[in-house]
Amino acid sequence: MSDQATSGLTPSEVLPAPARFLAHHFSSMEAQSETSKLGIWLFLGSEVLFFSGLFTAYGVYRANHYSLFRYAHHFLDWRMGALNTVVLVTSSLSAAWSVRCAQLGQRRGLNATLFLTLLLAGAFLVVKYFEYSHKLHNGIAWGAACHPSEHILDTLPPAVRAVPVPSDLGTFFSIYYLMTGLHGIHVLVGMGLYVWLLARAGRGDFGPGYYVPVDTVALYWHLVDMIWIFLFPLFYLI
Amino acid sequence: MHSGEDLTAPGATQGSYLEHGRGLRSWLFTLDHKRIGIMYLVLIAICLVLGGVFAMVLRFHLWNPSGGLVSNDVYNKMFTLHGAVMIFLFVIPGIPSALGNFIVPLQVGAKDVAFPRLNLLSFWLFVAGAALFIATLVVGGLDTGWTIYPPYSLESSRGLGILLALTGVFLAGFSSILTGVNFITTIHRMRAPGMGWFDLPLFLWALYATGIIQIFATPVLGITVALGFLERLFHLGIFMPEYGGDPVLFQHFFWFYSHPAVYIMILPAMGIVSEVVSVFSRKPIFGYRFIAMSSIAIALIGFLVWGHHMFVSGQSKWANVIFSFLTLLVAIPSAIKVFNWLATMYKGAIVLKTPMLYVLSFFGIFGVGGLTGLFLGALATDVPLHDTYFVVAHFHFVMVGGVLIAFLAGLHYWWPKMTGRMYDERVGRIAAVLIFLGFNVTFIPQFFAGVAGMPRRYATYAAEHQGLNRVSTVGAIVLTLGLVIALWGLLASLRRGARAPANPWGAASLEWTAASPPTHDNFDVAPRGRKPYDFTGLRLVSEEAGWARAEGEGA
Amino acid sequence: MNENPAGTATGEPRGVHVMPPSVLIGTAAALLALTAVTVTSSRIDLGEWNVVVALAIACTKAALVALFFMHLKYENRFQLVILVSAALFAVLFVAFVMFDTTQYQPSIRAAERHVEQRAP
Repeated sequence: MSDQATSGLTPSEVLPAPARFLAHHFSSMEAQSETSKLGIWLFLGSEVLFFSGLFTAYGVYRANHYSLFRYAHHFLDWRMGALNTVVLVTSSLSAAWSVRCAQLGQRRGLNATLFLTLLLAGAFLVVKYFEYSHKLHNGIAWGAACHPSEHILDTLPPAVRAVPVPSDLGTFFSIYYLMTGLHGIHVLVGMGLYVWLLARAGRGDFGPGYYVPVDTVALYWHLVDMIWIFLFPLFYLI
Repeated sequence: MHSGEDLTAPGATQGSYLEHGRGLRSWLFTLDHKRIGIMYLVLIAICLVLGGVFAMVLRFHLWNPSGGLVSNDVYNKMFTLHGAVMIFLFVIPGIPSALGNFIVPLQVGAKDVAFPRLNLLSFWLFVAGAALFIATLVVGGLDTGWTIYPPYSLESSRGLGILLALTGVFLAGFSSILTGVNFITTIHRMRAPGMGWFDLPLFLWALYATGIIQIFATPVLGITVALGFLERLFHLGIFMPEYGGDPVLFQHFFWFYSHPAVYIMILPAMGIVSEVVSVFSRKPIFGYRFIAMSSIAIALIGFLVWGHHMFVSGQSKWANVIFSFLTLLVAIPSAIKVFNWLATMYKGAIVLKTPMLYVLSFFGIFGVGGLTGLFLGALATDVPLHDTYFVVAHFHFVMVGGVLIAFLAGLHYWWPKMTGRMYDERVGRIAAVLIFLGFNVTFIPQFFAGVAGMPRRYATYAAEHQGLNRVSTVGAIVLTLGLVIALWGLLASLRRGARAPANPWGAASLEWTAASPPTHDNFDVAPRGRKPYDFTGLRLVSEEAGWARAEGEGA
Repeated sequence: MNENPAGTATGEPRGVHVMPPSVLIGTAAALLALTAVTVTSSRIDLGEWNVVVALAIACTKAALVALFFMHLKYENRFQLVILVSAALFAVLFVAFVMFDTTQYQPSIRAAERHVEQRAP
């Protein structure tokens, strides 16, 4: 990922003919790129509002069931949450770096950073899988179906274990599964987008003359990271 | 003269977007914004007819105080689907998707919208959403009212209809968000050289403001219906009290979108009014910047007033007071527009063609609709009027008298551009007058019924309201007749209408420099921006050739 | 609105800002450091301030992601306006609904007590 010269590649491989990807209704590649970026930002704005509904549900229930939330967050392992935060931050780094590689025509770097982002996204979902399956196997589902097993109750800190299980524990976990689940779906979609980018990068589509798909997908990925930046403390830490 | 020529005859639209590619696939998978606009227009018109059928069932049922046309249960389903179909499938998408898609690139001077493939995706999402609404009829319908409040709507004994409807709304909403993204981006980035922000036709300012609402409000509806869907299936306990949830929370979620949604409905309508009033007064629009900025103001303030739908829901007193105050504020930018439109007409040379007749209807009806909103926005008067026919009349005045009538104005105004045909002016005028009369006879009695205490969403009513209800039903028949005649007049023009010139009205915005109908790429020569309400130099050459600028005159 | 053709034959694209590795790595390092801070501070009992501190750190991290990873610091100002507006609308929604729901809780409790008293 250093600033190596693009030796060994012909100019057409470094810079694929922009005309191939220039849509007929744009006057130039720059016009098309700037327009695509504006479009993705507007879409990301809508995503923020989409998640805001769930943040509202979280805020409302936390404000009105404060002790429930203080109790329930002990069921979440902050180390898994922190690990996932590290995973996503690193994946954001590799996503941002992939844009740089495309801009500089560094094909090997581009492939490596795209692949690393994809791998880290997968790692996030693997950690999530372990978290979810551990909970579901121990009866921690959503709403009325939340019946924590003795086994998982015994893993709580003694001071918390001594407290009787709140009857509305399921409400906390409904919100937990909703928010982390919706976020997880967005991670999955992101993985699909990175597979698509890798396929196109493999064909040599991207270079200094055309890299807007790498840029726009990375912007989407950074938003996914930003949502997690809020989810992690809200569920695991406070 | 080519009037009377069959549209399908060779040569009628040679070289236009209608001829560019033939066969069903060339339409269903088109990337041409004009074809997408036409497809939306056809589907939206069908939805209007469907919603109208439900409405007529209601009005005939209400002929008698004890009902009798249908069972109470079917009545509940009828008003639910009337509302849901009209709101989600006609009033919200109508002007932006059917007219906006066609006109926006032409008005900015571009070949297409910013993201044509996204535009096609918007269309198919809308089709899927509409299909799911229709499917609710098949599985037994929905009787919750279009506002689908829990706990009733999410109870396990409700059938599958609610799940289909929630999914339909989600898809239609996603379609709306993508349309907003497309329009804002197009207006930002694809303007012709020389077209600054304050050279934009006001229709584009209106759609820009609408796009802001589409992008920021609709996702909240999306999460609301998704939560409702999951609550119904998995008993999450977010909205249902029996599982620990809060039903008033649903109302906050629902109205955070659904109030701004009414501005998604009215802003494009106001954009059309600005265009038509200027052209048919032969005068530049008065207070251009005020009208432009008031569109943005309405979009922004519209986000702050949703609780006025919840004054009697259990919302806190503080919330009630704050929302009531802010609601009265949002009337101001609308009033600014009305004064500017009237000032445009003052000392203008009024041309009473069909689009202008609709716009004049708009001033009267929307004006009353807006004023009656004040009664509902003020806390003390809202409490007795809530859930009565006063509310029903108020929103029909603004949605039908405002949006539908402006839609008809725009449809007639841009019909020559879209189809290359002139509609019959006499038929258009007769329909416009019938619609104005029919509308008022239908809905004015409902204000009085509401003040007298007649509640909404009831299949029966107290005998004292019979007279008002019967007058209303007669009005509905006249209104339907007017709409049928309007529709027939437009469709007949496709076969029998005179060939339309590029600029039949003497308008100055860019779409009138393209052919009627336009070619696939819209403009033969890339246009330059110019003042959209500067009519200097425009002369009527002849009825067939339309208006043109004399050499060297005007912008 | 810009009509310049994009790119040159080799090297950096003309007029486009490429993120230097130092900024990218520095941002990632700052994010990881702030993650450690938020975890550590959550283990200290600050009462109600724990929530405030956690949210403040999260907002700082989000700002770093937005300004540097999403390169808003170097982009057209309007894109920052979009993100900030979206965040403001979201905050408006969350805050007002939280405010109203907390305000009407007493009337819910009064209704629940009323129902209990009337139950046989």
